[in-house]
Amino acid sequence: MIIELGHFALILALPLALIQATVPLWGAERRHAGMMALGDLTALAQFALIALAFATLVNAYITSDFSVLNVAENSSSAKPLIYKISGVWGNHEGSMMLWVLILTLFGAAVAWFGDNLPAPLKARVLAVQAMIGAGFFLFILFTSDPFQRLADPPLEGNGLNPVLQDPGLAFHPPMLYLGYVGFAVAFAFAVAALIEGKVDAAWARWVRPWTLAAWCALTIGIAMGSWWAYYTLGWGGWWFWDPVENASFMPWLVGTALLHSAIVVEKRDALKGWTVLLAILTFSLSLIGTFLVRSGVLTSVHAFALDPRRGLFILVLLAVAIGGSLLLYAVRAPALAGGGLFAPISREGALVLNNVLLTTGAATVFIGTLYPLFLDAVGGPKLSVGYPFFDRTFVPIMVPLLLAVAVGPFLGWKRGDLRGALERLWIAFGLALALGAIALYLSQGGPILAVGGLMLAAWVGFGAITEWVGRTRLSWRRALHLPRAAHGMTLAHLGLAVTVAGIAASAWQVERIAVMHPGDNIAIGGYTLHLDRLSGLDTPSYHAERADIRVTAGDRAITVMHPEKRHYPLEQMTRGETAIRTTFLADLYLALGDDDGKGGATIRAYWKPLVPWIWIGAVFMALGGVLSLSDRRFRVGVARRAAPASAVTEAGE
Amino acid sequence: MKRQRRRLLYVVTGLVLLGGAAAIVLSVLSDNLVFFYSPTDLATQQIPDGRPLRIGGLVADGSVHRSADGKSTTFDVTDKVHHVQIIYSGPLPDLFREGQGVVIEGVREANGTIMASTVLAKHDERYMPPEVVDALKRAGRWQESAAAAR
Repeated sequence: MIIELGHFALILALPLALIQATVPLWGAERRHAGMMALGDLTALAQFALIALAFATLVNAYITSDFSVLNVAENSSSAKPLIYKISGVWGNHEGSMMLWVLILTLFGAAVAWFGDNLPAPLKARVLAVQAMIGAGFFLFILFTSDPFQRLADPPLEGNGLNPVLQDPGLAFHPPMLYLGYVGFAVAFAFAVAALIEGKVDAAWARWVRPWTLAAWCALTIGIAMGSWWAYYTLGWGGWWFWDPVENASFMPWLVGTALLHSAIVVEKRDALKGWTVLLAILTFSLSLIGTFLVRSGVLTSVHAFALDPRRGLFILVLLAVAIGGSLLLYAVRAPALAGGGLFAPISREGALVLNNVLLTTGAATVFIGTLYPLFLDAVGGPKLSVGYPFFDRTFVPIMVPLLLAVAVGPFLGWKRGDLRGALERLWIAFGLALALGAIALYLSQGGPILAVGGLMLAAWVGFGAITEWVGRTRLSWRRALHLPRAAHGMTLAHLGLAVTVAGIAASAWQVERIAVMHPGDNIAIGGYTLHLDRLSGLDTPSYHAERADIRVTAGDRAITVMHPEKRHYPLEQMTRGETAIRTTFLADLYLALGDDDGKGGATIRAYWKPLVPWIWIGAVFMALGGVLSLSDRRFRVGVARRAAPASAVTEAGE
Repeated sequence: MKRQRRRLLYVVTGLVLLGGAAAIVLSVLSDNLVFFYSPTDLATQQIPDGRPLRIGGLVADGSVHRSADGKSTTFDVTDKVHHVQIIYSGPLPDLFREGQGVVIEGVREANGTIMASTVLAKHDERYMPPEVVDALKRAGRWQESAAAAR
């Protein structure tokens, strides 16, 4: 009964979305206050309904109600509570519900906190948002209904894929979706601005926090996915240029560009058309990402055959959303022209360079990811694009970007002094050179590109620190007076440097693979690993083989590590559980392989220098974003008041 | 600089960058296209050695052997008509087992053996990689009923 209530709530949300997509839009055209205000009510009501629908689904999972098809297929009664809940979005239908939950939550947030927005803009934003919502409600109701009942309920469910029974993966989809859907708000603002034909600093002031918030969530989401791959897959890889990863990486790249170009709109009233286009592209890529991953098209276009209606619906939705917004852009963008002029060497110029490189990078990833699909769809040969493609196109494009990241913040708005900027960076340059020389000496003819990567990281990192020191002169008083957004930029750029260093240093990893019997030992990265025991371990949901490996360095005992191999009988699957010991400068990574039938087992051991920095850097970037988000300028209520005065007072930033 | 000249400068710079990026992408792309073959293709077609390729099929029953040092594994991949031998020296995915559909990425040696660089077995045993389905269909060994029952 409860689940039907949820289904009913979802059905009810659809007409509400349709009303919200039309009436406020018309009201904004006719300047009718009542019609415009209707959007607020429907946005809040939609959120309440979807929250109710989602709650009934979660309830069905918690109570293991196997008369619901979705629960029977994706859950079981023996699981821990957290995985029962995360199982809700561990499948296609449930994850679409999570998507609309976040979408309506953000819609309600715009309605609730948007009092300082001009009424027509707010009405139009909510209308565009409701159009997206309506598309998704239809998609769920007609092709991906999670509320279906089973006439003949089973006693036990099929269980959740053991791969998903993992804390890292439980929260990976919600973070990604927060990012994707946050970009939907930026998209709604962009389309509303196109309808209005007006983009100003106040507009950018609204778009930037949403973009920032979405970007932070997406950064964390991608980092979580990559970290999960690192600790589960058993050989310590953390990025594979897999289409599924690329699907989330493309909106991140373009979203990063959007983040930076919105600054130019806000401060200098320039690059308006471009920023609107980026907002459209970012969300379009998010949509493509969601659907590529969730519909199974990525492995092959033929996977559409599983449910042709779903595939067709997806294509139509993508065509309407992306095609429609781009068409609107083509018609209305010329009206957005104008704004401040700037010299090529200036802060604006540096941000344009950032945008050009990031979007070009995204375009290469796009080509590598979608070319095989395209070829398959037109009946060409079956092929895939090997990962060296990405290493050899994407990485070279990022090199000038990293070179420029350190310089950009030193350039003034409108007209910058490149020479002066470089003079102030000589310490960073010297430190990068010195670090490169040390790395070159220590690695003794090792991977030369990795040395280059490390130097770039040092350049970016020390550059960010130099800029921060130059502004604060290391005085607390000055630091406190600096806008939080400035600290946020420093932290985010520092995070980028940390991540790049982690990526570059992975070239120095050491690998040892051996069949070991109890009593054997191997040496790796200055440690000695002693295999003490191989044993079995039983829990309600899996049976594990477990190794006890004692780690020593010289005579000193360091720790005991327990890599496992787990077999899940209900799901008929096996997965490894690696053991990792981190010093934050390097990881010791152990995975248990197959037994050899003679009382021994294959042990894979890796020593990975700086690898944790990849994710630490991502956390820095996200924290930098959060810090910027807390900037006084973005606080609720500031937008309208600050608009005219800010151009003068903040021009120096 | 006048506004128009400045705009021209931007356009030209943009085009040069775009052209450069396109040239890199196209040249690297053609080097890195990995074509897909079924075991039957490998047995019947002329395929250049030394280029990376992808093979889809089932792991043949009783063909999996691990080397004594635990470092490499040999097995056959079949579309139920032809077999091809694979040597792989990385960690096998958790779902790898005999009879399972797998996709192999690797390079063919002169003797016809494939030195695999990647072995993909999907994280869901009900799922069959589309490439494998395709290989079995082309070999005439695909049973719809079996697929539906899975």
